[in-house]
Amino acid sequence: MKVKTRDFGEIEVSEENIIFFKEGIPGFDEEKEFIIILNEDEDNPFHHLQSVKNPNLSFIIINPFEVFKDYDIIIPQTAIDKLKIEKPEDVLIYSIVVVPEDIRKMTANLLGPIVINHKKRLGKQVILEDSRYSTKHFIFAQDFQEEVK
Amino acid sequence: MLILTRKKDESIILDGKIEIKVIEIEDGKVKIGIEAPRDIDIVRKELYKKIEEENITAVEYKYKPEDIKKLFKQNNN
Repeated sequence: MKVKTRDFGEIEVSEENIIFFKEGIPGFDEEKEFIIILNEDEDNPFHHLQSVKNPNLSFIIINPFEVFKDYDIIIPQTAIDKLKIEKPEDVLIYSIVVVPEDIRKMTANLLGPIVINHKKRLGKQVILEDSRYSTKHFIFAQDFQEEVK
Repeated sequence: MLILTRKKDESIILDGKIEIKVIEIEDGKVKIGIEAPRDIDIVRKELYKKIEEENITAVEYKYKPEDIKKLFKQNNN
């Protein structure tokens, strides 16, 4: 099937790649179907979580474990049940990224990870009760030297 | 909104399966106990709102993949 995307035009997607978010995503409750557009360029860790029905709706996502080496979370039992997770290898975890005007200040939401059971193709944004994490973690250290041009 | 008055140790039951109990009342704070089936998500509203706002901000991104690439390269070297 063809899916219109926000950043990549129309792409061909196999229906097996659609992930169902039964509850939508907070702020976008009506969006129940998404695809992950993986970026194979190793210099750019951004991937996209693209709505199937709404071409304009796309999130930039990262694998938080690649960027935040000590990120460790416990997936709540509610989410394990709802996503029908049986084994750890069923699970993919992504964080939504906010890219502001000054892209060096981009942040990842580590408190609300996108948890996906890729075997069952079910997804959910899980809200953690974990005081170590917030919705805004800088991806780059914020000690920039003024660039010498 | 339905408004009920409850005292300490009193509960309300939602849909025959969710119990919300007043555990403690002190200095303008109420401690609440909730017993619910495992498929019910329980989240403090301000936290839910924060996630919602973050998501709404996240879809407004304007970026050029080239810039991002450059930035990651710089930081990895």
